[in-house]
Amino acid sequence: MSLPTFLLLAPATLWYLLLLVAPLVIVAVFSFGARAPEGGYAPAFTFEQYSNLPTRITPFINTLKLASLGTFFGVLIAYPLAYFLATRATARLKSILVALIIVPFWTSFLIRTYAWVTIMSSRGIPAILIRLGLVNELVLLNTPFAIVLGIVYNYLPLMTFPIYVSLERLDKRLLEASKDLGANQLGTFLQITLPLSASGLVTGSMLVFILLMGEYLIPALLGGGKIFFVGNALVDLFLQSRNWPFGSAVAMALNFIMLIIVSLYLWLTARLSGEQRQAVSLL
Amino acid sequence: MPNKATIFLQYYAGLIYIFLYFPIALVVLFSFNSGNYSAEIQGFSLRWYGETWRDPFVLEALGNSIFIAVTSATLSTVIGTLAALALQNVHGWLRNLYDGLIYIAIIIPGIVIGIATLIFFVQFFGWLNPMLQAQFGPSAPRLNLGLPTIIAAHTLFTMSIVIVIVRARIAGMDRSLIEASNDLYATPMNTFWQVTLPQLFPAIIAGFLLALTFSFDDFIVAFFVAGPNTTLPIYVFSSIRRGVTPKINAIATVTLIVSLAFLFTVQYLLTRSSERGPGNSGTVSSDNQASRV
Repeated sequence: MSLPTFLLLAPATLWYLLLLVAPLVIVAVFSFGARAPEGGYAPAFTFEQYSNLPTRITPFINTLKLASLGTFFGVLIAYPLAYFLATRATARLKSILVALIIVPFWTSFLIRTYAWVTIMSSRGIPAILIRLGLVNELVLLNTPFAIVLGIVYNYLPLMTFPIYVSLERLDKRLLEASKDLGANQLGTFLQITLPLSASGLVTGSMLVFILLMGEYLIPALLGGGKIFFVGNALVDLFLQSRNWPFGSAVAMALNFIMLIIVSLYLWLTARLSGEQRQAVSLL
Repeated sequence: MPNKATIFLQYYAGLIYIFLYFPIALVVLFSFNSGNYSAEIQGFSLRWYGETWRDPFVLEALGNSIFIAVTSATLSTVIGTLAALALQNVHGWLRNLYDGLIYIAIIIPGIVIGIATLIFFVQFFGWLNPMLQAQFGPSAPRLNLGLPTIIAAHTLFTMSIVIVIVRARIAGMDRSLIEASNDLYATPMNTFWQVTLPQLFPAIIAGFLLALTFSFDDFIVAFFVAGPNTTLPIYVFSSIRRGVTPKINAIATVTLIVSLAFLFTVQYLLTRSSERGPGNSGTVSSDNQASRV
């Protein structure tokens, strides 16, 4: 590396070392430490924090369960939308419609979540439905349903976009070939469109799932602090009870889960791209 | 003549767009409500904007948020642009290492960054403060969590965004102009200032504005490293927890308008630059995509 290159890279390198690498290493070291009597960290080498992890298993289960549900419904809702944008929208409308999907993603996450607090509170949708006589009693806010809805709503842009991109890149000649060979619309969809957009589906789901592993705001605001995610447990451990070594162990467990998801993602995409190449070459 | 599936998909897409925008529209609508209750429209008024503007806590949080956003966006634009330029000349395992760091910084959940930087700064200051005391006596400054730590933590994420956007523009840049400039005996410095930088400028500005938006909207990272300070999102979060007040609607509306204005500027800059130049710098969406995959 030449001197100018080194100098240009120096500030970024410093930032990555001091604010990404070093902090993550410290979290790893802390997770083997002991809790100081006044809170914070006392040097030690013990597996005690890790052996205590089962006491906080509920947030992990909540996170995995509701994140899976949210991702599943996200795919169900996003796919037809992405399919519409890629195959049915006219060229002129398309760019505007795609931009309209992206725009909410770049507005404040906090405000988008807050919007649902009002809508689902007892003065919102429940009040309207009760006045219409459709239900006698309805609680939406502070339920698992509210959390899943919040997840689907907030992550819909991130889910839709990769699926849209994969559908957009799909070679339209394959669809015509399938039609010419006598397949009906459903057959074409199941045998050509869906397999060839699988990479987008996987990318969207994995992105959403990984970000959900660290979710804090949605359960805090829409779950009313009753349903804890790992993120809420971490805030509690670091900012309230100040049990840093145990918090670090929880954070390490979270990092480990994310590492598994990313590896799974890389393995799946490698397999998918291989299969796609095969499928296309067969045709 | 569109078939049934197409018609169904059109209605479906329409519903999804309503689903996406209805909650946001409701917040904006209620910000102009004159009543106290945030779920019933009682009349149009700017009352809550006025009350918000006179609230010293809101103003303090707003001031902090603006200061943090401008400083971290400036830092990340400079650092990120320099790094993107340098990374052109880095290859092999070192390049993979940097790519890895950039993508980790972007994809890692904010809460992990928040925790890690919190621990880091507390440890670092715990080690540095006694040394400062020993060196300069009791009057030495005591370093603590505050606005600078938020800026440092935001810059980690935002400079990575800037690197990705500027690098995409470098990849789409017209190299023949640089070669022409060199052939015409311009010094490397002159070529940089007169040829390279003007071509990169739209991407740099776009990166700056995205960094500004991100930093201004961030809650979770600031929540961990803010110490005793508040930012606007921290203020909004704690007000929601205390019970919804109509002031939040007014703050939310202003925040939304500012973010949207930045976003449209970014989109305009990136599409215009890609139309002018032969290369394609990509739109916000595709850059965002590239950065997250």
